[in-house]
Formats: sequence, C-alpha cells, structure tokens
Amino acid sequence: MIVTNTETVPGMHMVKHFGLVQGSTIRAKNIGRDFMAGMKNLVGGELKGYTELLQESRDEALRRLIEQAEDLGANAVVNLRFSTSSVAAGAAEILCYGTAVQVSQLPPA
Amino acid sequence: MIQIYFALALLALGLIVGSILERAHYSRIKKRERALRDFQAMSLNMVPRSDEVSRASMRMGSVVISVDYFKRFAAGLKKLFGGEIHSYSSLLDRARREALLRLKDNCKDADLVVNLRFETCTLSNGSNSNIGSVEVVAYGTAVWYRNDQREDLPPPVPTATRF
Repeated sequence: MIVTNTETVPGMHMVKHFGLVQGSTIRAKNIGRDFMAGMKNLVGGELKGYTELLQESRDEALRRLIEQAEDLGANAVVNLRFSTSSVAAGAAEILCYGTAVQVSQLPPA
Repeated sequence: MIQIYFALALLALGLIVGSILERAHYSRIKKRERALRDFQAMSLNMVPRSDEVSRASMRMGSVVISVDYFKRFAAGLKKLFGGEIHSYSSLLDRARREALLRLKDNCKDADLVVNLRFETCTLSNGSNSNIGSVEVVAYGTAVWYRNDQREDLPPPVPTATRF
C-alpha cells in the first residue's frame, strides 16, 4: 500500500478512484504516564509518554485506514490528512482520512 | 505563608531547571539541523522531476512538549497586558523544529520531502485550561529518485541561503 499526502503518487498514474477512506481511534491517557507528565510539567521539556501514546494512536488510525482501502481494492491512498480533537478530558481522537485510488507504474519514457 | 514559599520554590525550580533544559534542547536541535541541512523538506505540493521518482511514501514525526512552571506563570501575567508571549513562542518553535527533525530521521535515505504539513494540538487536562503542553506532528511525502539516471541530469536547484 502506497500512502502519500500529495495529490498524486509521483512516478505513477491514477487508474481508478475509490473515494474517501478514513481511520480513527480514541485514546485515553493512563495514570502512570499522567503522573510523570505532571512532574515534567514543572520543569518543561518533552513528555515522552505522550509522544509515544499519540504516535501509537496515529499508527493505529493509519492501519484502519489502510485496511479500509484494501477492502475496496485500492493499492494507494493519496492526499492523506491528519486531524486531532479532544473528545473528553483526558481522551483524544486521532483521525486520518484520504482518497483511495488505484495507481499503476508509468510506462518508461 | 508555607504555600507562598512553596509556590516560590516551584517558580525558582521552573526558572532554573527549565531554562537549562531549554538551552540544552536548542543546542541539540541546532546541531541536528546542521547535520541534516542538505536533506531538504519543502511545503510545495508538486514533486520536482516527478518522472524520475522511484518511490514515494508518507512519513511523520511528532513530539509532545510542555512549558515549565515559571513560564506558565509569566505567560499568565503577560495575558493581562497583551502582546507577544515569548515563553509560548519558544515552546512552539522548539516543538516544530523537533518534529521536523524526527520526520527527517524517519526517512534519512530519501532524497527529498515534499508537501510538508504541520499539525498542532493542545493536550488539556480538563482541570486547567492553560496551554501547558502541545503536540506537533510534521508529516510529508518522502521521495526517492531513481539512482541510475541522476548522474546525467543537472543537479537539483541549489538552496539560496544557508543560515
């Protein structure tokens, strides 16, 4: 599966459009990480626990999007966008959406 | 009285440790930026020399970063008068540069990153509405050119300015 956030896949041309695909996940923070983050909030700096948490969630959302695209018979997703929203205190939704397409290699020039 | 001392101690801790950490982070960022300056990332939507691309794939880098206690306090004071809040500008600047560096680290063997986008979101605890910590994601499409043809072609457009 080729995923890009440009409007086309460079070096390939689009054969077929399958429309919008999306994947999302909602994650809550956990207490251990939250405690460490609270301590870190005093002196500032990176909150590694949260970086990892959001990275995992984003990978999960992307995996769901790819699953959906595969079900449609696509071999690429173009124009991918990310969006985040906080649903409730301590929980965040990660959404990614894009257009599922079928691409094929350009004939050699 | 005890509470006042405690608050002052937290402010002092935030000021001293926070500024040491920030300076260390900035020097790390600058060092890594120097090391990666020939690997360009651009926000252009089109891919230069797109007919020679062998592979393209989306990559991202993210960071969650928080501001220290003293700066949060200073920002609270600054909000009364308005104007630029420097403590938050440096927070977001660090976060964006770090996220971009991580994106580049995720695709070191690529030739170029195009269509770079930043996405910022605030992590709030619900209890306090301060900015506190922000997450920045940098994502873009990493592009690999076909190696065999690169020698006979003119070199890519040089960067005009180096800082």
